Amino acid sequence: MALLNILEAVNKALETEMQKDPSIVVYGEDAGFEGGVFRATAGLQKQFGVDRVFDVPIAEAAIVGSAIGMAINGLKPVVEMQFSGFMFPGYNQIVTHVARFRNRSRSKYTLPLVIRMPYGGGVKALEHHSESLETLFAHIPGLKLVIPSTPYDTLGLLRSAMRDPDPVIFMEPKRIYRAFKQEVPDEDYTVPIGKAKVVIPGKDITVVAWGAMVREVESALKLIENDNISVEVIDLRTIAPFDRETIVESVKKTGRLLVVHEAVKSFGPGAEIVATVQEKAFYYLAAAPKRLTAPDITVPLPKGEHHFMIDPKQIALEIRNIVSMKA
Amino acid sequence: MLFDQYNPLKKKVLQILDNEGQVINKTLEPSIPDDVLLKMYQTMTLGRIADIKAIQFQRQGRMLTYAPNMGQEAAQIGPMAATSDNDWLAVSFRELNAMLYKGVTLEQLFLYWYGNEAGSKYNDSVKVLPVNVPIGSQISHAAGLAYAAKIQKKDEVVIAYIGDGGTSHGEFHEGINFGAVFNVPMVIIIQNNHWAISTPRAKASKAETLAQKAIAYGIPGIQVDGNDTLAMYVATLEAIKRAKLGQGPSLIEAITYRMGPHTTSDNPKIYRSDEEVEAWKEKDPLKRFKNYLLNKKIITQASDDALNQEYNQLVLSTFKQVEDSGLVSLEEVFNHTYQEMTPLLKEQYNDLKKYEETEGR
Ligand SMILES: Cc1ncc(C[n+]2csc(CCOP(=O)(O)OP(=O)(O)O)c2C)c(N)n1
Ligand SMILES: [Mg+2]
Repeated sequence: MALLNILEAVNKALETEMQKDPSIVVYGEDAGFEGGVFRATAGLQKQFGVDRVFDVPIAEAAIVGSAIGMAINGLKPVVEMQFSGFMFPGYNQIVTHVARFRNRSRSKYTLPLVIRMPYGGGVKALEHHSESLETLFAHIPGLKLVIPSTPYDTLGLLRSAMRDPDPVIFMEPKRIYRAFKQEVPDEDYTVPIGKAKVVIPGKDITVVAWGAMVREVESALKLIENDNISVEVIDLRTIAPFDRETIVESVKKTGRLLVVHEAVKSFGPGAEIVATVQEKAFYYLAAAPKRLTAPDITVPLPKGEHHFMIDPKQIALEIRNIVSMKA
Repeated sequence: MLFDQYNPLKKKVLQILDNEGQVINKTLEPSIPDDVLLKMYQTMTLGRIADIKAIQFQRQGRMLTYAPNMGQEAAQIGPMAATSDNDWLAVSFRELNAMLYKGVTLEQLFLYWYGNEAGSKYNDSVKVLPVNVPIGSQISHAAGLAYAAKIQKKDEVVIAYIGDGGTSHGEFHEGINFGAVFNVPMVIIIQNNHWAISTPRAKASKAETLAQKAIAYGIPGIQVDGNDTLAMYVATLEAIKRAKLGQGPSLIEAITYRMGPHTTSDNPKIYRSDEEVEAWKEKDPLKRFKNYLLNKKIITQASDDALNQEYNQLVLSTFKQVEDSGLVSLEEVFNHTYQEMTPLLKEQYNDLKKYEETEGR
């Protein structure tokens, strides 16, 4: 067993998988020598050499585009976008090629590659360092999107991402990179992509969250400890393709749904989850399913960010409201 | 012509002041009015003190992440002194000195780095675009500003800044190429400070100089000692002259050095040696320009001491003011999404307002 935080789990996943699979290469801006601005890739260049772990010129389009070529020609690239807010120059390659190569070549060319990026707010960061852009990937057919919330899942999911035959976007909640540690087994294990996790079982309401919001939901539960509300908390873990069964089954049991996300509201993952529940469990609903999200504004700089971030009190309030609603 | 004389393939670097601030190239020494020389020096001094203090404030937990300019003052002040009030400035994120010179206030700059968008709203007469974090994206903004100036026959030139690392970005290429094709009045200044976070200049481009990239765009380029305020002034002046004559963009590579960390979150000791940093101290742009002005008797040691004391106080009181400005209101974070709040936004605003009033935040 090892005691790791999320950042260390990322590092461990890369290290253990690179040891097993010589086709894996890891690169990104400052990801080689220094080991990344967050040190997620620290020590890897030393262990695996500069051909397999390296710094690149600042050019996200070339990072993603070259990963496509490498994946086609026998390598398995795991590339880093320094911050999700800077992936946009690479987004062209992601949408026009990463997502489509399998389809347009009728599966002759497939892209086993992983694009990692730290994301999310609440860390008092500079402009363009706080966005939650999961919608922009989840909306694109051909991409898988994974967001872990614990060290255990980070290690297991990143391994799965590297073993997946298709491209996986791996968004890392940087706000909780170092927030807590967890015991993880030394032996090889994976966490499957596409499976949500029931973190806390309950029967009155289902709350779905991912990334840094899972902990906020857990904090919210402490605020309503004495309310006699039994909350089922689901950590979605994979946003695309998301685990419809687990959520629908849960809502069939609880009759109520709250989706909490840090991303802005309109057309976000919350809308997709709520719509799915309406389609699949409409007659089980005891109250209108709801979303608690950031408002539809640009992420404010730190002196205004508190208006934007979801806090546990809000979540608690929303849970109380939904549970007190009559169908 | 300077740009012919210093064609980057000739591998000559334009220099006028030596490391001690002595003029080593008399024929190129510009005649800058005393009051302008003084403004240049004062702005550099203010910029240097602002940097030193901002890092201290950050260490005290009072300032957020901050990107210091130390060592790069000449590469910013020389060019700005060559501009006129009509000219535009499109910055990257390490151009505090240039911005101060063009009329952005220290309070605004601190406010921005302190995490308040109001710090990007400059006074009406100031033709400076806000700090631009996404690498390279400012270059095409500059090309667009310059295109608009050109076809509207405005007497404006646009100065755009980028870092050495930024030159490896597609946006750099696209923006310059666009400007060059339309022959717009624009000057691109690369602050080659040798590092892009932990990535050395050599890994940004295999080209021997960054200035020589100009050749492929069909525009002139020049390598300049970026720690030499006068050389930077002279090169920019000529580039502006070309722009005003309708001869299109020019590219200036300022060879300089980032004396501080990339930002306050960075530890440069991981990737560069103390000896390298020490060697660049010899070429300190502020020292060189100060000596030049001392020799010209535009300043004295006594006046300089007084100036430093005054600016130390100014920086402290300005930052105090910024700290006292507190948090940004809910209304402010919603109000600037569109000209008018949409019905949906209004609803979200009202809900949050009610929540914050009852629950506090
Ligand atoms: C598109 C984009 N990718 C990545 C980053 C992260 N980043 C911020 S500064 C920087 C290095 C910039 O180096 P350089 O252009 O030399 O400018 P300097 O920091 O030296 O002033 C990087 C990679 C960014 N801001 N924008
Ligand atoms: Mg640089």
